[in-house]
Amino acid sequence: MSVAVRVIPCLDVDAGRVVKGVNFENLRDAGDPVELADRYDRQGADELTFLDVTASSADRETTYDVVGRTAEQVFIPLTVGGGVRTVGDVDRLLRAGADKVGINTGAIARPQVIAEIADRFGSQVLVLSADVRRSQRGNFEVTTHGGLKSTGLDAIEWCSRAAQLGVGEILLNSMDADGTKAGFDLELIGAVRAEVDVPIVASGGAGRVEDFVAAVEAGADAVLAASVFHFGELTVGQVKDALRAAGREVR
Amino acid sequence: MKKVVVFDYGSGNVRSVVRMLERVGADVTLTADHDAALAADGLYVPGVGAFHACMTGLLAAGGREVIAERIAGDRPVLGVCVGFQVLFDGSTEPTTVQPPPPGLGHFVGVVDRLQAPVVPHMGWSTVHPPDGSALLAGVEDERFYFVHSYAAAQLLASRVAGRPLVTTAEHGAPFVAAVEDGPLVGTQFHPEKSGDAGAQLIANWLRRL
Repeated sequence: MSVAVRVIPCLDVDAGRVVKGVNFENLRDAGDPVELADRYDRQGADELTFLDVTASSADRETTYDVVGRTAEQVFIPLTVGGGVRTVGDVDRLLRAGADKVGINTGAIARPQVIAEIADRFGSQVLVLSADVRRSQRGNFEVTTHGGLKSTGLDAIEWCSRAAQLGVGEILLNSMDADGTKAGFDLELIGAVRAEVDVPIVASGGAGRVEDFVAAVEAGADAVLAASVFHFGELTVGQVKDALRAAGREVR
Repeated sequence: MKKVVVFDYGSGNVRSVVRMLERVGADVTLTADHDAALAADGLYVPGVGAFHACMTGLLAAGGREVIAERIAGDRPVLGVCVGFQVLFDGSTEPTTVQPPPPGLGHFVGVVDRLQAPVVPHMGWSTVHPPDGSALLAGVEDERFYFVHSYAAAQLLASRVAGRPLVTTAEHGAPFVAAVEDGPLVGTQFHPEKSGDAGAQLIANWLRRL
């Protein structure tokens, strides 16, 4: 028996509400985060990911509050990302009730912070969130600011380096596929799988249950989606049924 | 109502631990106070992060003496994740802590890196409890949440009661997922993050305090 494929609903939180857009734009309201977290727990979600997409520090306080209230009633792992730049930011989120913390722009700005966080809290607490877009040069490139700014970093090299520095998992977001419901970027998943041995969470593009199966076949250890769950198009249970039917272990 | 102290030595997702214990009906205190830790019906030793960093924190808080005194008095102790690993002789995990402290040595064996294509072992796995496991009664077939890169490949012996019940799991190769030996119990997985199955396991422990 091996570890079960994890199915992870993602809650993008802005000012205390869950929002979701297409290609990270046109955000629309998708509900109360604590209510949604409870619903997904009851559907059998294996973990929950909160991405704080707020800009202001006041709204960030609201996100800490949301995480804390969720941790009070949901007894599955919670990953929280958004605005993490220092060891102190990680400490704060863990104290608020997070089990794992996602880092993105903060690690691009100063890669050494990965090693600092891993030394203090262990690799298993740290998730590299990589927002990846296909570049005009034909490679996969790391972007920031919701895909708007290019960094010039090759995504495969960046994921490898981050794993060496000490991240315990990679949340691989395809900015091209995000919100399209046209399926995960399987080529991207396969390319990262070939180079890194930490778990990979596939993100961006989920539309049908078959998409989740394909992402796992491409090398993902976990599959993440937002809008298909928020708007009731799919349940966590339906995704697990499809994975089970394809011969994958699920909880 | 059973009194449980969660030993607060600077490591661990203590908020989740406290909430889970409250969920199953314990009277929980988060503290490193020795008198409270010795007086409680049960002592819960959390642990998240690197082995030697946790061990250093545990020693500084006087955890070695508290745990040893409870075991000597047949008073229940539950160690979770790295709080379980520190009960062994030591760990091969790389560290900047010099000299690297050995473990508490209640369980004979060494914590070593998992040998598997994907590490950390992160997610929900089944476990294989032996007959007579009180800890896993009713949840023998459930999955529990693991997140670790190191584990004891085997328990060679126990220096506690000497009749250890060993639950195994696999990630690449078999490893020790839980041990029950008299008052000392430990799990490599996180019952406090294992949903209803974890709640049942904690309730099983609480019932025997």
